[in-house]
Amino acid sequence: MSPSFLFSQFMGGLTTAMFLFLIASGLSLVFGVMRVINFAHGSFYMFGAYLAWQAVQWLHPTGGRFWLAALLAAIGVGLLGALTERIFFRSLYGREELYQLLFTYALVLILGDAAKFLWGTDQLSVSTPPALAGSVQVFGTTQPLYTLFIICIGPMIAFALWLALNRTGAGRMVRAAQMDREMLDALGANVATLYTAMFALSAFLAGLSGALVTPIQSIVPGMDVLIIVQAFIVVVIGGMGSLWGTFWGSVIYGQVLSFGILIFPGFSLFSVFALMAVILIVRPWGLFGRPL
Amino acid sequence: MTIAEAITNILPQRAATALRHRSVPEGIPWTLIVFIAMATIPWVGSRYDTFLASQIVIDALFAVSLNLLLGTTGLVSFGHVAYFGVGAYVCGILMKTYGVPFSLAFPAAGLGAALFALISGFFCVRLIKLYFAMLTLAFSQIVWAIAYKWNDVTGGDQGLPEIPYPNLDWMSAVPGFADLSIGARFYLLTLVLVAVSLAVVHRIIRSPFGRVLTTIRDNPERAAFLGINVRLYQLAAFVIAGGFAGFAGALYGIFSRGVFADYVFWSKSAEVLIMTILGGAGYFWGPPVGAAVLVWLNQLVTDYTQYWSFVLGAILLVLLFGFPGGIVGGLDLLWQRLKRLRNA
Amino acid sequence: MLEISALSKSFGGFRAVSNVSLTVDTKQIAAVIGPNGAGKSTLFNLITGHLRPDDGAVRLDGRDITGAPPYRICRMGIGRSFQRTNIFPQLTVFENLQAAFLVHYGRGPDFWSRADALYRDETSALLSSIGLGGQERTISGTLSYGNQKQLELGLALASEPAVLLLDEPTAGMSATETHETIRLLERIAAERELTLLFTEHDMDVVFSIAQKIAVLHQGRIIAEGQPAEVRADPEVRRVYLGHGLTHAQ
Repeated sequence: MSPSFLFSQFMGGLTTAMFLFLIASGLSLVFGVMRVINFAHGSFYMFGAYLAWQAVQWLHPTGGRFWLAALLAAIGVGLLGALTERIFFRSLYGREELYQLLFTYALVLILGDAAKFLWGTDQLSVSTPPALAGSVQVFGTTQPLYTLFIICIGPMIAFALWLALNRTGAGRMVRAAQMDREMLDALGANVATLYTAMFALSAFLAGLSGALVTPIQSIVPGMDVLIIVQAFIVVVIGGMGSLWGTFWGSVIYGQVLSFGILIFPGFSLFSVFALMAVILIVRPWGLFGRPL
Repeated sequence: MTIAEAITNILPQRAATALRHRSVPEGIPWTLIVFIAMATIPWVGSRYDTFLASQIVIDALFAVSLNLLLGTTGLVSFGHVAYFGVGAYVCGILMKTYGVPFSLAFPAAGLGAALFALISGFFCVRLIKLYFAMLTLAFSQIVWAIAYKWNDVTGGDQGLPEIPYPNLDWMSAVPGFADLSIGARFYLLTLVLVAVSLAVVHRIIRSPFGRVLTTIRDNPERAAFLGINVRLYQLAAFVIAGGFAGFAGALYGIFSRGVFADYVFWSKSAEVLIMTILGGAGYFWGPPVGAAVLVWLNQLVTDYTQYWSFVLGAILLVLLFGFPGGIVGGLDLLWQRLKRLRNA
Repeated sequence: MLEISALSKSFGGFRAVSNVSLTVDTKQIAAVIGPNGAGKSTLFNLITGHLRPDDGAVRLDGRDITGAPPYRICRMGIGRSFQRTNIFPQLTVFENLQAAFLVHYGRGPDFWSRADALYRDETSALLSSIGLGGQERTISGTLSYGNQKQLELGLALASEPAVLLLDEPTAGMSATETHETIRLLERIAAERELTLLFTEHDMDVVFSIAQKIAVLHQGRIIAEGQPAEVRADPEVRRVYLGHGLTHAQ
């Protein structure tokens, strides 16, 4: 087991981690503020991927087409999220949490088939944007530039979110909402708009990650279901509602998956769920979370 | 709003445990009629009808076992399929790999599932609602991961095809049964086993133990201060529910001629949850009704379109926004209104 | 006899209950009073096992019950009614009380009998004695506030406690309801030979039936004794200035 092999595994783990972080951050955010686990988050991710592909088909092949497509896709999904929250979700507040969860699951079912209807069941793919199409030699391994890009963008977005949460007025409201919704409402803050905005932002992030994953992974039906379980595990490990928890949870998950395979092949699938179970048993609010 | 309020969620005056007022006209032995009607299907209906009926009956048991947790005790489990799966694999492995007769494999399946429920439940009931749900999901995915990867025992992603039928030759001795196919015979056996299981679960719900469970559902804090060790009772409910889910799984493995890892994927837990709420979690017969409707709808819709998920999602939406009491809840409301009109 | 010695509990830096000692003799009716935030509910929660004390002990007839889980404390003979009404909203009034009897008589592990048929006489008797006769089949969640409080008392009594803790039993009641509740409590306490410890805001209530009063202020007992003594205590008057003590004179 050479150092360059280990390094490869490590980089693989980081890539998985940063992708997951991008997706899971939205999930964690929504949970922190609205105390709801949005199962449809994976569906937003999938829609981001499909919309990005569609945008690429429609746009003229100029440089920067990919980035524009990704942005458009993310905005599209953000809008979808905002509409969903406004029209449906809003009437479920105050009802039993189980109903809210089932609603998000209904969304998964509906959006899943909607994607099948719109784009069929064949695998689709998007080519890597020319600017990042190459690769570099690092520690004796070949790292695709795009992978490195993803690894860098993860912490950048984490930092941007952290800034927004801790240095802006809106962020302060979000943090207040995480601690005590009723109080915030009583203080006259527009909690309803806050919820819509949070949901839209979370959908935007999911859509963005979906769009950005397209050069690396093919777009297939079922990618919504596969990703949501992983995002879920990450958020449990890191702590629901905690931004840095989600970040480090992703990193841990990525490395467990990456190196778990070396121990024995079936292990990683089992190990991530076992890790989730262990965390829930020993410290349910995750590594960085706060007891509810 | 507590879960007790939410799952019943009809007019405030009419909470529903289905045990205190009759939702249907008195004096008619409904259960017996339904049982007899279902028993005649192999003769009266086609082979496909028997197939559908088998599925409904098995799903009914699975859903009723879940409702022991959801409707009676107020525990929302997202991982109930784990016990269904353990039962299916235990029975399948014993019968196919070791040639154990059904009469032993079936109880073993229930016991195995109950044992796993004891171990996992011990950890789950210590957690509050949200984390409880997530841990049940985690355990169920662990079962799936093991089923998917443990090639030697579970067949891995290939699963265990060709589970043998139990020996039902003795049924030829019964007049009128000699011409029945093995599938039809197994259906009748399933019907009887499920009927007995449902009767047992019903008895449990109406017992003092069941009454204690409803107090835990309504107000766990107060239940504790009646002298109830809440966690112990929740664990007991979890084990019983798991055992019966295991029975359902065992039957399913034989019925569908094989046990595969897909059976244990979390979407199956969602399906049985929807079935339960569709029928009405506040009523004993809600889950079986939900099972029947969902199986029937599924085969109806998949004949016309491949977008069953969409239809299911739409049904769920209608349910959540329009009929939180489920089908039986809606019927009950209707019946109460009719009764009031009649008495007016 | 309920003996509380040197009970203390802090939350973070905040000392909710500080070195509280109190003895309630068998069949005595005692009250703990104090302004809001004085620590009365915390004290109750410490006694009934909902909170573990940092220091001190609780003894029931000589037996140490400190920090035992609530369900065990209930079985040892302490009953409690809660400040926020705590009943089983989806069950009928009858079923509420019947459930309490089922548990009290150890029928919890019974998987086989029909719960409906058990302890019907006891349940009816208790129902009447707490004044809810005729309401058997009402879903308890739909009862009026006053009736729910009565039911709650019934639930506490069904466990046949020797000691009954009542957390603000007349909270939110009108003058008439309060009066009725007090008469009911007195009668029941006498009939069942209960030891009663309650907290209250309403001074009229306190002075009308309490034989012993302890005054809690910022987690500490500042006065203890018979009603007349407590009423005359200068420290108590200082703390309660404007809180209603004056009109009870």
